[in-house]
Amino acid sequence: MKKTIIYLFIGIAFGITMFKSEASSWFRIYEMFTFQSFHMYGIIGSALLSGIILVQIIKQKQLKSFYNQEIDFCPKEKSVLRYLIGGIIFGLGWGLAGACPGPMFTLVGAGFLPILVVIAFALLGTYVYGLLKNKLPH
Amino acid sequence: MNWIFNPWPWYVSGPIIAFIMFLLLMLGKNFGMSSNLRTICTICGAGKNVSFFKFDWKTQKWNLVIVIGTVIGGFIGSYFLTNNPAVQISPETISNLKTLGFNSAGKGYLPTELFDNSVFLNGKNLLLIALGGFLVGFGARYAGGCTSGHAISGLSNLQVPSLIAVIGFFAGGLVMVHFIFPLIF
Repeated sequence: MKKTIIYLFIGIAFGITMFKSEASSWFRIYEMFTFQSFHMYGIIGSALLSGIILVQIIKQKQLKSFYNQEIDFCPKEKSVLRYLIGGIIFGLGWGLAGACPGPMFTLVGAGFLPILVVIAFALLGTYVYGLLKNKLPH
Repeated sequence: MNWIFNPWPWYVSGPIIAFIMFLLLMLGKNFGMSSNLRTICTICGAGKNVSFFKFDWKTQKWNLVIVIGTVIGGFIGSYFLTNNPAVQISPETISNLKTLGFNSAGKGYLPTELFDNSVFLNGKNLLLIALGGFLVGFGARYAGGCTSGHAISGLSNLQVPSLIAVIGFFAGGLVMVHFIFPLIF
């Protein structure tokens, strides 16, 4: 129960940040892909820079998790094709729908009904990937 | 306290996102939103026919709680922490978008052409946002992660696969906006 509340608060903080940073705005995503503003690059860049520093702190200080366990970074398996093809397909959708999965959920809370169509089809896309997984190059 | 009602600057938002990733690592989890789509498929019974969805979804309950929180956060951000939702995109972007027929550019949080309830009566635009969602879901699972899993978590850990995925994300987005938008809008 305590853990559930922690995750709920982390989610709330994430949703507020996604909305208030305007990273959930279709307009900001379009603007990013036209290189007409620094805003989105600033968000991703500063998140990345802070993230690299925080991960390095964990590694250098050999920090344990709050439950005193090793921290698992879940390294991704090595490959090129799946990341490149999958990434391009994702990018096409990101540019068109103007929302990646985090912002999709944020926009539900912000009251935009049509985003439910986007989420329903994102679920369908996930399902179709699962169906075809063994036939696709990875 | 007025700043909280204005759009948050990038140098505030970016570090908050990184801190969320850090908190999840410290809780023994990994930051990644798109894996929830797989979990929801499993809950809907996709595991009956497709092995990719055969896993104990209860191990992902924590992440679904984050999704619920994200929805609540979107509600709080939009209804309690925002006076003027219009996104101040650059003037060039506004004029680009107007040429494409997006007259709502600069006036709202999302384009009314795609995300107002009237889109339910506009077959073409409804189909386009559905297609966008499909590609995001399919591509995220194919690439093994989305913006949070690759661009934030993976790149923070200096993972080459995540760099390849992020290059793909941008390549796809650039092609969509520069080459496909003029054909479809």
